Amino acid sequence: MRSATAPRPSGSSSAPASPDGAAGFGLYVHWPFCLSKCPYCDFNSHVRAAIDEAAWRQGLLAELDWFAARVGPRPLASIFFGGGTPSLMAPDTVAALVARARQRFAAAPDLEVTLEANPSSVEAGRFRAFRDAGVNRLSLGVQSFRDERLRFLGRQHDAAAAQAALDIARATFPRVSIDLIYALPGQAEAEWRADLARALALGLSHLSLYQLTIEPNTGFAGAHARGEFVLPDEDAQSRLYDLTGEMTAEAGLSAYEISNHASPGQESRHNLVYWRYGDYIGIGPGAHGRFHDTEGKRASRQWRKPEAWLACVRERGHGTEAEEQVPVEAQIEEMLMMGLRLAEGVELGRLERLAGRPFDEVLSPARLARLEKGGFLRRRDGRLHATEAGRRLLNTVLAELL
Amino acid sequence: MTELSRIRNFSIIAHIDHGKSTLADRLIEACGGLDAREMQSQVLDSMDIERERGITIKAQTVRLTYKARNGESYILNLIDTPGHVDFAYEVSRSLAACEGSLLVVDASQGVEAQTLANVYQAIDNNHEIVPVLNKIDLPAAEPERVKQQIEEVIGLDASDALMISAKTGLGVDEVLEALVHRLPSPKGDRAAPLKALLIDSWYDAYLGVVVLFRVVDGTIRKGQRIRMMSTGTVHHVERLGVSTPKKVMTDELGPGEIGFFTAAIKQVSDTSVGDTITDDRNPASQPLPGFKPSVPVVFCGLYPTDAADFEELRDSLSKLRLNDASFQFEPETSAALGFGFRCGFLGLLHLEIIQERLEREFNLDLITTAPSVIYHVHMSDGTMRELHNPADMPDPVKIDHIDEPWIKATVMVPDEHLGAVLKLCEDKRGRQIDMTYHGSRVMVVYRLPLSEVVFDFYDRLKSISRGYASFDYQIDGYETGDLVKMSILVNGDPVDALAMIVHRARAEARGRQLCEKLKDLIPRQLFKIAIQASIGARIIARETISAMRKDVLAKCYGGDVTRKKKLLEKQKAGKKRMRQVGNVEIPQEAFLAALKMDAG
Repeated sequence: MRSATAPRPSGSSSAPASPDGAAGFGLYVHWPFCLSKCPYCDFNSHVRAAIDEAAWRQGLLAELDWFAARVGPRPLASIFFGGGTPSLMAPDTVAALVARARQRFAAAPDLEVTLEANPSSVEAGRFRAFRDAGVNRLSLGVQSFRDERLRFLGRQHDAAAAQAALDIARATFPRVSIDLIYALPGQAEAEWRADLARALALGLSHLSLYQLTIEPNTGFAGAHARGEFVLPDEDAQSRLYDLTGEMTAEAGLSAYEISNHASPGQESRHNLVYWRYGDYIGIGPGAHGRFHDTEGKRASRQWRKPEAWLACVRERGHGTEAEEQVPVEAQIEEMLMMGLRLAEGVELGRLERLAGRPFDEVLSPARLARLEKGGFLRRRDGRLHATEAGRRLLNTVLAELL
Repeated sequence: MTELSRIRNFSIIAHIDHGKSTLADRLIEACGGLDAREMQSQVLDSMDIERERGITIKAQTVRLTYKARNGESYILNLIDTPGHVDFAYEVSRSLAACEGSLLVVDASQGVEAQTLANVYQAIDNNHEIVPVLNKIDLPAAEPERVKQQIEEVIGLDASDALMISAKTGLGVDEVLEALVHRLPSPKGDRAAPLKALLIDSWYDAYLGVVVLFRVVDGTIRKGQRIRMMSTGTVHHVERLGVSTPKKVMTDELGPGEIGFFTAAIKQVSDTSVGDTITDDRNPASQPLPGFKPSVPVVFCGLYPTDAADFEELRDSLSKLRLNDASFQFEPETSAALGFGFRCGFLGLLHLEIIQERLEREFNLDLITTAPSVIYHVHMSDGTMRELHNPADMPDPVKIDHIDEPWIKATVMVPDEHLGAVLKLCEDKRGRQIDMTYHGSRVMVVYRLPLSEVVFDFYDRLKSISRGYASFDYQIDGYETGDLVKMSILVNGDPVDALAMIVHRARAEARGRQLCEKLKDLIPRQLFKIAIQASIGARIIARETISAMRKDVLAKCYGGDVTRKKKLLEKQKAGKKRMRQVGNVEIPQEAFLAALKMDAG
């Protein structure tokens, strides 16, 4: 019954012409294990000597079933295997999850299945098996083309391994994206220019270019606080960001999101689900979900600790630590927080329908006017979006707006 | 009731850290006032702030029973007085309640300015003064030099000075003997109508207001109807007692005795220090001399950092006022800071104490505006307005002239720091009155505008003299000054809470400094910010804060909106601590900047 009455993801009818034509619905799978912790990463990752792959496969399948039963057999736009290091998963496990998702949901004909991978030789050896399991998009954590930078970032691969993995990936998957981190300590513009040029020369259709940020409770947080390294200052970071924008635009990979660049139509459909504030379920330790059920928009959060999650799934069929209703006001806030990261912005009509009141009453006209006048936000064609100037200052702009 | 001949009332005069509290502890111990288990170091300073700062805010008394070497028992009443220049009047009333004092001087440090001020007050009160050199066990002690200094600077015979170490207990017995034999016993007429001096009062959560008093004539009894002579209010004495320092109840106290009573008095403000307490049915014809209502001299605005705490601030101020009638507050509003209170204090230390107690005991987060004095603004139409808040300055074209309060300041300083002290006083528009050498120490007396002193005089004096200079002041009339209101504008909008009244000759330098400081304290924002200082329409200083260029925009982790939201919440909470002026957010610290600036 529930599935029959579950509302469609809001805005699915109103989103603009875009790769999936709607905010869409996605499935996120979190694999929480890594061979080692990288000092910059604050994602939910854990190092374990041994993993009972069969138990994990069963756990993830069980949780997928549990969520599927709640949200019903709706159209599925994307599956994303994130982590942790999901390229450490057995391809069988990936295959089983993709097959189960196809069984439970109405998979889109062009269902996007992304897997995050580390460019080590071992993992590259499994790329073909992942493709056979249904993965059609690989997101490769190259991070840098320089050995000394990779060592600083605590990565297990070197530049040569990255290149080799990249070659295999491109030969194996129809779509490949790489991650690079910039604004590293002492990184001159010339260095980043050369690295970015190398990435662009690969002719990939998608790049994720992240500025190094120091997150609490990471190896870097302590080292940075102790003064072991110094990040480029605001002006230097700003120049690197400008450079990134210019070079990618010139190469036809303009930023469709703050840190993500793609040629038209090659955007990450999965991430677009988040940013367009569509529905998604998140399974696996520490995964988050936002989805509609009969009660409205729900926010779910799974147990972060792998053992706690697994024990909970075994006992109850799901590893949810907390689930709550997202009040309309919070939905508005979240929709803006996510949507203004995108170049396309947020559709005003969708905000109004969600809020049930005119746009002028959703956001303070005075604050909005100030930000528009300052050139940070713009309204055009029934959409509100952050300008280039606004996106680079989005935290501040949002704090000002909301 | 005790025979007058068996009573000695005394106070201890000492500079901070010269050992007053330690000596008091030893005296209490020696007389068995408290046993070892009950002794808590520095019994008398009971508030945390008092202990930390080593100062006494409220007067306290201890009644000791001492069996002298002559075999007789004596009642020794120690009155511990507030030890800071802000509380000079309170000190004078405490001293008026005794016949003598112990002048405690650190044998290695010598006489300090504050000691001096209090000694003169004691002399004015006809005290018999017994010099006591403390810390003579220290290797740096120079008792002969310090004796000589006492004779030269104060003009007291120091040949019979007692040599003690309050820390080790050395010489404490001699102090007790000296109290019996060198101090006069009090005088008083038991048969006369009651006349008692109100020394101090405080609020006790269980008892209500507790009044500390000294009987001069007549007797005070439990159940008696007493009258406060300054206000005429009548109360019923409920509890009567003495502090040993344990509270011991009694039915009656007579001339020369010191004790406390409660009388269902609700607020400390109903009891004025220095007032005369008399019998309602048989009142004295004349009150005791020397009563003055306490008058605040320094004002500042106190605002809650979070506007939602306004009511809590009001409650907290009311509660503090229950116990301290000398500070005043009334609601005021500021365009920049919202709702708050303009508060009046006896001095800068008093201000700091109240502010600290609000933050510590009531957990409030406050914005304090720059302290101001009371200006007398004489208008062209012949009227005079008292100005407590620079923001209220009338239109200058309607002003004839402005008078500001001056003080007479006494500074004691080792001669190697004299140059710096003189320069500071000159910088502060001071006029030298006197300068005398006493060995290697110099006593300089200056007249200074109070507004310059409340600004940062004391902090700077301490730093330029490496803490060796001591300072005391008294209010010394009003004088006309070439004063102007300096406004601070942020993107063209005046920030009322940053306005100040300055001497015209110093306005430019101060304006420049404040603008520079604000430039450092106001974070970059979405828009460029112009900070200007102006006198009327004339801009005298300007700084620009360039616009922010980029946020740190972390990766968006797999659908974890919650994390992004936390960041947003944090940012919003940060904004809450800022004050919006026009388009600009000004952090709390910026409002304090005006308080702490270098040479003006």
